[in-house]
Amino acid sequence: MNKPAPQNLSELDRPNSYIGKTVPRPNLDRLLQGRGLYVSDIELPRMAHVVFVRSPHAHARIVSIDAQAAKKKPGVVAVVIGEELAAVITPWVGVLSHMKGLKSAPQRAIAIDRVCWQGEAVAAVVASSRAAAEDAAEFVAVEYEELEPVTDMRTALEAATPVIHASLGDNLAFERTFEAGAVDAALAEADEVAEAEFVFGRHTGVTLEPRSVVADWNAAEARLTIYQGTQAPHMVQNIAALHLGLEEAQVRVVCKDVGGSFGIKVHIYADEMATYALSKLLKRPVKYVADRIESFNTDIHARDHRCKARIGVKRDGTITAFEIDDLTGIGPYSMYPRTSAIEANQVVNLVGGPYVTPNYRARARVVFQNKNVMCQYRAVGHPIACSITEGLVDLAAMRIGMDPVEIRRRNLIADDAYPCGSPAGLRFELLSHHASLNKLLAMMDYDALRAEQAALRAKNVHRGIGIASFIEVTNPSAAFYGVGGAKISSQDGVAVRLDAQGAVVCQTSITEQGQGSESLTAQIVGSVLGVSMEKVRVILGDTDQTPYGGGTWASRGAGIGGEAALQAAKILRRNILDVAAAILQSQPSELDIVNDAVVNAGDGATRIDLRELARIVYFRPDTLPPGIQPELMATRHYVPRQYPFAFTNGVQASWLEVDTDTGFVKLLKHWVVEDCGTIINPQLVDEQIRGGVVQGLGAALFEKCIYDERGQLTNANMADYLVPMSSEMPDIDIGHVVSPTSESELGAKGAGEAGTAGAAAAVANAVNDALKPFGAVITEIPLTPQIILTALKRI
Amino acid sequence: MTAPHAIALQVNGERVEAFVLPRTNLADFLREHLQLTGTHVGCEHGVCGACTVRVNGEIVRSCLMLAVQANDAAVETIEGLSDSGEISDLQEAFRARNALQCGYCTPAMLISAQDLLKAESQPDRERIREHLSGNYCRCTGYQAIVDAVEATAKARKHREGSAP
Repeated sequence: MNKPAPQNLSELDRPNSYIGKTVPRPNLDRLLQGRGLYVSDIELPRMAHVVFVRSPHAHARIVSIDAQAAKKKPGVVAVVIGEELAAVITPWVGVLSHMKGLKSAPQRAIAIDRVCWQGEAVAAVVASSRAAAEDAAEFVAVEYEELEPVTDMRTALEAATPVIHASLGDNLAFERTFEAGAVDAALAEADEVAEAEFVFGRHTGVTLEPRSVVADWNAAEARLTIYQGTQAPHMVQNIAALHLGLEEAQVRVVCKDVGGSFGIKVHIYADEMATYALSKLLKRPVKYVADRIESFNTDIHARDHRCKARIGVKRDGTITAFEIDDLTGIGPYSMYPRTSAIEANQVVNLVGGPYVTPNYRARARVVFQNKNVMCQYRAVGHPIACSITEGLVDLAAMRIGMDPVEIRRRNLIADDAYPCGSPAGLRFELLSHHASLNKLLAMMDYDALRAEQAALRAKNVHRGIGIASFIEVTNPSAAFYGVGGAKISSQDGVAVRLDAQGAVVCQTSITEQGQGSESLTAQIVGSVLGVSMEKVRVILGDTDQTPYGGGTWASRGAGIGGEAALQAAKILRRNILDVAAAILQSQPSELDIVNDAVVNAGDGATRIDLRELARIVYFRPDTLPPGIQPELMATRHYVPRQYPFAFTNGVQASWLEVDTDTGFVKLLKHWVVEDCGTIINPQLVDEQIRGGVVQGLGAALFEKCIYDERGQLTNANMADYLVPMSSEMPDIDIGHVVSPTSESELGAKGAGEAGTAGAAAAVANAVNDALKPFGAVITEIPLTPQIILTALKRI
Repeated sequence: MTAPHAIALQVNGERVEAFVLPRTNLADFLREHLQLTGTHVGCEHGVCGACTVRVNGEIVRSCLMLAVQANDAAVETIEGLSDSGEISDLQEAFRARNALQCGYCTPAMLISAQDLLKAESQPDRERIREHLSGNYCRCTGYQAIVDAVEATAKARKHREGSAP
């Protein structure tokens, strides 16, 4: 029997393919041995350290700043205030043209005249060490005249509330309304209409490595090198150049190891801009490392939403309509350059997304406040939309006395209905809600859990099951930012070359913060080329070294960067086989590459090692036939064009116990079934999902930035702001359904945010399920003991 | 009071002599004076555990200990524990299980895990979770870390059992 010819196999199914296999990430030993290089580790000659003097007030006029005493302190290089820095760097406004009506005020690297949140920088102290700068900062005398702060988003638009930026006329940053179908009629014909106000605690990413940057302006080269733990190096390059009056060619952004990102490090912050500008001003490297209080006060916050929502349902379980009125407070400025309207916009887009219900009305209002800025954090808008949607679905089920699984079965989009669209205008290529739900129920043994729950209730033990279906935006095209005028690329590029010893060097524009970008790139390139992964070295995070591209955010690395790697490797493979055919006096179609050697496609016999082929090409081209010009380097770029986003779907379930005496929730188990299309490395996908789930569990139970009525953040430290610890987290079982996107050859969609999208909704539904005998329904997170005991009327 | 103090200590088996300001904490001393940047600083107030090192055999948060307090002490950091091979099996288990993502908490997590494994040969998952609760990880969700520590405990037990 003949072996199938290799060309009948897909590039990804070749022998020894790494696609779909769990292999350890390359270079983990560096991190395991403490030999990584995070920005906070970097030291450069003549490097100075900057510390920012920050406003203690949420809203105040700066009357005067006296830096004379500070300037005389030991080690001080300079004390710089807003006006002085404004000579080097221009202000910015965080708007995008496709967010119609979005407005914001000019924001500066260091405040001038007025501060708009507690933590806004008013002066920079640059000194020989961070300690010396901190010492001197104590002696910068700032006189403030306090202004009335706007803190409650519910009253931000009232006439009696001060307008934060007079030039804008009001405190409304953005409003979007949307209506599809006939909502009023659908609610009228419903047998039951359930409504609730869903409240979400403002929380933040808490990257374990605080934001850090080293900016190195070399006056002789007229070039700025920025070492920064960013998810999007080319975006930073563009923005730094734009506001420092430089060409992009004068700015290099280098991103080595990054100690956690989660969307926190995809933005550009005022203090980072100030650090770039200070380096240019002082003509020496300047390092800024945020301390933990600064992290809490200045890293973007997210999810500060209050949403009034309604659902109509018929007795047979048919959901007739969804209606939401969402309000969110984003701080005093729309963040730059991605804007702070995206989260509310996503909420409008995503509510009701898994369901067939055609009737949908939404309003979202985004208001300014004198609190820290809010912007995109892992799973932007998804946890809000999912908690609202799935909370409403459970409320509807409760009203009509239907099991939560059954009502979902009756309303989830059918698995054979694709391609199709949502009422909000989303386009779904191929989703698998029902297959995913079925798989989840089997994994968790739903019926047995229900029986266990009932048995335990009799013993006064209150456990709950919560289910949450979700959709996730991944692989964004230019529809996300490019169309709105932001120079944030939606393409990624990969260059692959065979080096002189037959190993492979691969440069990619996606970045690594631990997700596995390096691994997936090496797996794809190794598989396509027939080269072992150990021979593939991946270079990322350097605008001087890599092709131009977006980076790693919005669950795009594997789907977009991975496809670029696939296409580049295919070209290189073809080029290698062309040369091999010339050397071997054969035809490319008769040859293949397996295990680092060119072999006969037919019998697999080794013909020439890649090492030997490279030696001939690089050092003895004189022995090649005339007219042969080998190209052992290939570059390809990829950007999705057919669909604005590659939607994924999944479903999560939580099993937990509520202590009705103390209000504490014990998470017992969590399940996720997710469909991210082609899986490149199952272990990495599962770990992305687990990590994402735990961030969602933090939001569900613990995490909240607590502001007082004066706009003071009262828990800006790790002792008072709670994040999940290992002892509180459950084991998380993960299953997959695989519906590849046909837009790319790879077929991969994103997986990085799915866990965060649905975790809080599953937990909230489980808590309400546990509390069912008490008639208590909670639609607020975090579900602290206080919230639970209040709902139980125990306090 | 604020003049530099002379200290002498062992760091990863090497004798180190230095003049340090009384306020300098051990984490900054290790990172800035000795360039041992494998010790990471996460919160600087003793909560996150990223700066965990070993001092005279006990794990401590180096951001809460002054460098002068380490006078005459034996300090071990991730660099030393890596080079000595003491935790090579634990590191390999982390690598195989992808029990790290960004890697920022990892050196301290390994040191805390080794502390448990030295004291208890067969900790169960709950015990592992409890012992590591002073080490925050924002990336993994902890399960992979617990798996890797559990696997290492079992492998060590097995090796002990099969030793002659």
